[in-house]
Amino acid sequence: MREYWNPWIERMPVCELEKIQEKKLSDLVNYVYRHSGFYRKRFDEAGVNPGEIKTLADLKKLPFTYKSDLRDTYPTGMFCVPNEQLVRFHVSSGTTGKPTVVGYTQNDIDVWTTSLARAMTSIGVGRGDIVQVGYGYGLFTGGLGAHYGAEEVGATVLPVSSGNTERQIELMQDLGSTVIACTPSYFLFMNEVANNLGISIKDNTQMRVGIFGAEPWTEEMRKRIEESTGIKAYDIYGTSELSGPLFTECMYQDGIHVWADQFLIEIIDPVTGEQLPDGERGELVITTLAKEALPLIRYRIGDITVINRDECRCGRTHPRIMRVLGRVDDMLIIRGINVFPGQIEAVLMKMPEVGGHFMIVVDRVNELDVMKVQIEMTDEAFSDKVNDIMALEAKVASAMKHVLNLAVKVELVEKGSLPRSMGKAKRVIDNRKL
Amino acid sequence: MEDKIIKQISLFAENKPGRLANIASNFRKSGINIRAFTIAEAGDFGIIRMVVDRPDDAHELLHNAGFTVSETNVLGVEMEDVPGGLGKIADVLGERSINIDYAYAFVTKTEKALLILRVNDIEGAILVLQGAGIRLVDMADVQQI
Repeated sequence: MREYWNPWIERMPVCELEKIQEKKLSDLVNYVYRHSGFYRKRFDEAGVNPGEIKTLADLKKLPFTYKSDLRDTYPTGMFCVPNEQLVRFHVSSGTTGKPTVVGYTQNDIDVWTTSLARAMTSIGVGRGDIVQVGYGYGLFTGGLGAHYGAEEVGATVLPVSSGNTERQIELMQDLGSTVIACTPSYFLFMNEVANNLGISIKDNTQMRVGIFGAEPWTEEMRKRIEESTGIKAYDIYGTSELSGPLFTECMYQDGIHVWADQFLIEIIDPVTGEQLPDGERGELVITTLAKEALPLIRYRIGDITVINRDECRCGRTHPRIMRVLGRVDDMLIIRGINVFPGQIEAVLMKMPEVGGHFMIVVDRVNELDVMKVQIEMTDEAFSDKVNDIMALEAKVASAMKHVLNLAVKVELVEKGSLPRSMGKAKRVIDNRKL
Repeated sequence: MEDKIIKQISLFAENKPGRLANIASNFRKSGINIRAFTIAEAGDFGIIRMVVDRPDDAHELLHNAGFTVSETNVLGVEMEDVPGGLGKIADVLGERSINIDYAYAFVTKTEKALLILRVNDIEGAILVLQGAGIRLVDMADVQQI
């Protein structure tokens, strides 16, 4: 098994990587100014002369790009190449607004695939592995992205796509899949279904690695997955605007390696837009250094995280982003307090007596926000004494109040009654008419 | 002493329409007979407690149907259906500091009242009640009610 996909790049000293970044940044700024009316106008309005962007310190002079820019220029208004140079489109689901369209040149596909090949190699996936891709195929980037990456490293791909859970489990057993790529909540669901069929993923399959992403998840959820199914669970990160899933953690599970020769990352204060020092928590901003069809300059991806530039124990020198702590736009503001669904999940995962499935329901009663968390009852937690159940609800509510600084009503519901998702888990019902 | 313990079926149910009908239809299909039944409700949820003729089968059936269900050890105390019957039982247990978690009663075909009790010390309660000459029913009795 190879240790690095490209040892020369992956272990390159930081100063050399920065030289590559500066050269690519300067080329990129000139490229988008020449090829995109959108960027030319944006730069002119901001008073930026592309010739002045020479070093990484100049990055902060550049204006931000937003998801709304992609929507406003729908479908292809930001593209830098004519359509005949495109080999593929992907289109985002548009669940939070108008869909966004991403175009790829052949080189864009190659860069994407290389990024994932490096990532998969870093978690020991390669020739001899059978990678079961349980991400959706089609307009969503998850399925095809994982597919190309796995083929690139020489693994065998089982392109099941998402859904059809019993079939997933049957094929996992019959073909001996060793790697699963899907959303973590879907894998937990798969495990539940397998258990109901009398199949243990730990004992009755060859499964050893999970590549989980496309929704936020927590360290506690990782523990739960690893303990119950016996696999190693790795976080994968990316978004369709940047091509698709791109980066994963390495074997050390200590942050997601972002390939610095292809992407430039910063952390900013989401309110002021000022750059923050490394190690501070804030909004991730990404500049694509190698994309041709749809390059993004200082793109406000909306995820909250922390950058760590220390060399990793795996020997890779590229910066890491720590686990994504939430989305700027998933953040709920309840009575003026910022609440991330991930915080609720983290509390529940520390209480093994309650299940991992939950739903946050927010209402406004008499001008006051009221947050209710519904949690599924488990066989272990069930007592037939009313007081015991009420005490459990109170215990969970008190743990949440401690973390969120907010009174929460906890309601235990029947097991299996909350919706299970095949893709991104829906965790919030906001009934407030704001 | 073991044979005086009755296995009660307890299950967690959200307080919403159709839950009871679902349980009843599961039992009907499998020919399980409910002998005694009560619901303790607490706002959003309720706990349904039942004494049935085949508790192990009922437990398996409900568990497989997706319910959160448990078997709980309770006592079935036979009472004369006359004033003062309940008071005597409560007195006997209270004297020995045995706490009643919950209780419910029903009347049988033989015109006796049957009291189902969950206590904090079931072995102790059996000794004390039998010592006071109170008759406890067992699973065989339950099947014949």
